[in-house]
Amino acid sequence: MHMKIKSMILLAALLGATGAAHAEESVWGWLGDFTRQNEVNAVSNAAWQEECGSCHFAYQPGLLPTQSWEKLLDAKALEDHFGENAELDADTLKEVRDFALENAADKSYYKRARKIAKSTENGEAPLRITELRYIKRKHHEIPEKMVKGNKDVKSLSYCDACHTQAKKAVFDEDTVRIPNYPDWED
Amino acid sequence: MKKITAILMVLGLFVAVPVFASPASDTLLAQYKSEGAGKVDPAKAQKDWTREVTVDGEKMSCATCHGSDFGKSGKHHRTGKVIEPMSPKVNAERFTDVKKIEKWFKRNCKDAWGRECTVQEKADFLTFLLAQ
Repeated sequence: MHMKIKSMILLAALLGATGAAHAEESVWGWLGDFTRQNEVNAVSNAAWQEECGSCHFAYQPGLLPTQSWEKLLDAKALEDHFGENAELDADTLKEVRDFALENAADKSYYKRARKIAKSTENGEAPLRITELRYIKRKHHEIPEKMVKGNKDVKSLSYCDACHTQAKKAVFDEDTVRIPNYPDWED
Repeated sequence: MKKITAILMVLGLFVAVPVFASPASDTLLAQYKSEGAGKVDPAKAQKDWTREVTVDGEKMSCATCHGSDFGKSGKHHRTGKVIEPMSPKVNAERFTDVKKIEKWFKRNCKDAWGRECTVQEKADFLTFLLAQ
């Protein structure tokens, strides 16, 4: 009898853990997820990492709201993805799209995802993360010479140029190192 | 007679391809042939590698992103992302996945030349690059 209860608890715990690793379906899933101190949900999908990450930083789905991902991850739209052909076969597109939609800013409980969701509640959802009001405000104080005029940064779109832990979905100020400006402090 | 041709074709797969061929490149070269590609012409591929076409106001060639030194990595012209070397001698992963090869042929031909490559062009490029 005891054994049975124990194994049931273990099974429930396992199910809970794997659920949380894939998508946060509820606030409980999020609470049970040890990575929730991250600021957006880290990328846990191999196809996402491969398909997006082979050309650019694999932006976490929590950095844009559902509406934006719906527009971006569309078969026709991907043929002209910011000027590049990024066509995907139907199966891969479905996987990548589902992953984005399940983890979009407005579906996520992570700190920054919530803020991004809030800042795009009203009005049009932008296609570029750099056009999010929240992201603009957060980078407002950084002089242009450190970004645009910095040969090792060039644009805010290269998150991981300065955010050293960006791949782990940590964008905290303490983890920022601006190339060529070692003394920068906010 | 048909049987003999079939056997010869299968044998040809093992004989006619260069040292760094993989099962994936074998499969694709056979596929291109069945889709109408004739005799492969790696010399043409070499010339085509640096052939510039203006797409959306930008002069593009294969070398724009991949460079012309196949043993060295390239750089995406827009995102700056490092592109691993094209030479299978240096980059063992290169040309080992049918889906990937086809995916990138499709995208990159459209990006660099504004159209898809023909099966002949793909057969030429693949044969040329396998020997680098």
